[in-house]
Amino acid sequence: MFYREAGDFKVSYVDDSQTFPIKFDRYRYYVVLAVAFGIIPFIINDYWANALLLPFLIYAIAAIGLNILVGYCGQVSLGTGGFMAVGAYACYKLMTAFPDVSMFIHVILAGGITAIVGVLFGLPSLRIKGFYLAVATLAAQFFLVWLFNRVPWFYNYSASGQINAPERDVFGIIITGPNAPAWATYLFCLIFLTVCAVIARNLTRGTTGRTWMAIRDMDIAAEIIGVNPLKAKLTAFAVSSFFVGISGALFFAVYLGAVEVGEVFGITKSFLVLFMIIIGGLGSIFGSFAGAAFLVLLPVVLKVVGADMLGWPTDIVAHLQLVIVGGLIIMFLILEPHGLAQLWRVAKEKLRLWPFPH
Amino acid sequence: MLDSFEGYVTEDGRKIGGVVMEMKNITLRFGGVVAIKDISFDIREGEIRAIIGPNGAGKSSMLNVISGFYVPQEGEVWFHGAKRPPMRPFEVAQQGIARTFQNIALFEGMSVLDNVMTGRLGYMKTNIFQQALWKGKAEAEETENREAVEKIIDFLEIQHIRKTPVSRLPYGLKKRVELARALAAEPKLLLLDEPMAGMNVEEKEDMSRFILDVNDEFGTTIALIEHDMGVVMDLSDRVVVMDYGKKIGDGTPDEVRNNQEVIDAYLGVSHD
Repeated sequence: MFYREAGDFKVSYVDDSQTFPIKFDRYRYYVVLAVAFGIIPFIINDYWANALLLPFLIYAIAAIGLNILVGYCGQVSLGTGGFMAVGAYACYKLMTAFPDVSMFIHVILAGGITAIVGVLFGLPSLRIKGFYLAVATLAAQFFLVWLFNRVPWFYNYSASGQINAPERDVFGIIITGPNAPAWATYLFCLIFLTVCAVIARNLTRGTTGRTWMAIRDMDIAAEIIGVNPLKAKLTAFAVSSFFVGISGALFFAVYLGAVEVGEVFGITKSFLVLFMIIIGGLGSIFGSFAGAAFLVLLPVVLKVVGADMLGWPTDIVAHLQLVIVGGLIIMFLILEPHGLAQLWRVAKEKLRLWPFPH
Repeated sequence: MLDSFEGYVTEDGRKIGGVVMEMKNITLRFGGVVAIKDISFDIREGEIRAIIGPNGAGKSSMLNVISGFYVPQEGEVWFHGAKRPPMRPFEVAQQGIARTFQNIALFEGMSVLDNVMTGRLGYMKTNIFQQALWKGKAEAEETENREAVEKIIDFLEIQHIRKTPVSRLPYGLKKRVELARALAAEPKLLLLDEPMAGMNVEEKEDMSRFILDVNDEFGTTIALIEHDMGVVMDLSDRVVVMDYGKKIGDGTPDEVRNNQEVIDAYLGVSHD
């Protein structure tokens, strides 16, 4: 009823391999894009940007990145926080060293630098798998945070040990620093998210994605049919870290403005992004969005309901929030291991037949 | 004896060409266990070559040597007239040797189409940046290879499950999808490790027909391991018989059937 594919025939392989093969999906996607680019920038205010939209956009980029590595290539990583820190510090060093260059270039270069670091820390994946690889990436997490804390060159010898984003612009519009307008920061992050999502989708539906998934599903068989495991794993680490680096750079420069590395990019950040893709759905781009939205929205909703509407003390609400998030994660792992993306697929399947399911 | 350059004509009139792959004095050891002991044989262009033997004879090890999974301690592997240096399995695959496995090794999380498309890896030339862009070269390449894959999907009659995740398929279809994936590479040499294991008679007949059709239509050289003697004798042009890592027979099905050593190996022989 809501949702039909009858009469939607594909007459070429190009049509058949497009991102949204069903017409309804395609139109919905255009509507979402139009609203995100055409309407929200005009009605956005500081509260919406800082509480919801910016964290959602930035975490969604990180979640897509991690999903490529964990969900598509099957290489478990607990180093997301560390790699985000690499992106943030790379962006900071670039911003201070080349103040006149556009922020776009800084963020992309920060992603590139993170990709190189990611490949370096991905090298052990050629020898070790599963939990052991997770421990190796955990080492990367702690090492990177330690490095940025201990080597003053990274924070330009500032007395506090923090990094602060100086005011920078894109085409004359201020993007970073306290004077940046909400709509500009929002659009800046949205552009990066859109491009990252399209790239991720293109890679995962084509040859590269198939080599990643082959390695994930059965690495021995993959090698027998001609997948070079070295190349497949390292490209996954590179692409994943590139996205994670971009999200780290945006998180620092656009969203927070000032960062103390141990606090912001610690192990909890790694787990947060990992929870996002587990709840959202491993091996699904849509799942990355859903998971990021869920974990960004949930605390805000709980706070609004608990503290503002019911008048509970804020500390109790904060603790309740942890309890609820933990409970939900356990519930998801038991009831729907494939996450929100799978729920969405099931819902679509049901809607396709509604109201006559037989 | 057969000359290595000239071929021969089979009973049913197919012309068999020169030597594609030659194993020379292969010995493979795992610690103290000798899995393969000084075995030589060749595989000729266009023929169906069977490797048979009782359990533990070293047949699968032999296939693993050919596909580069094991490196023999002694002996040489010659492929298309050149000695093959020790190489990784994916390099062997890139040379044009495809295989299937005894216990199915498909990518369970991917659709049938994606599984078969993975077999085309050797034909994918675009780099990761072109693929990220998708429009243009990557899309053209995807379409081109999709056409080749669709031919094979048609050929093996699995059109109806094209978009189904492999994990949902029954055993017999999985075997067929695995064959499709190997065929998609358009291999010069196709290795089949027990393609009919665990199948019922009907499925065996289907599979035999597909193997013959593949050989007939694409002229693919096939080496296969199989336990069902009826199938082996019907399908293959020449048979190698192994027992305890040694070669005890080599020749046409009829020659092998009447070889006393082979009969002893299969039926057992009293030692008094």
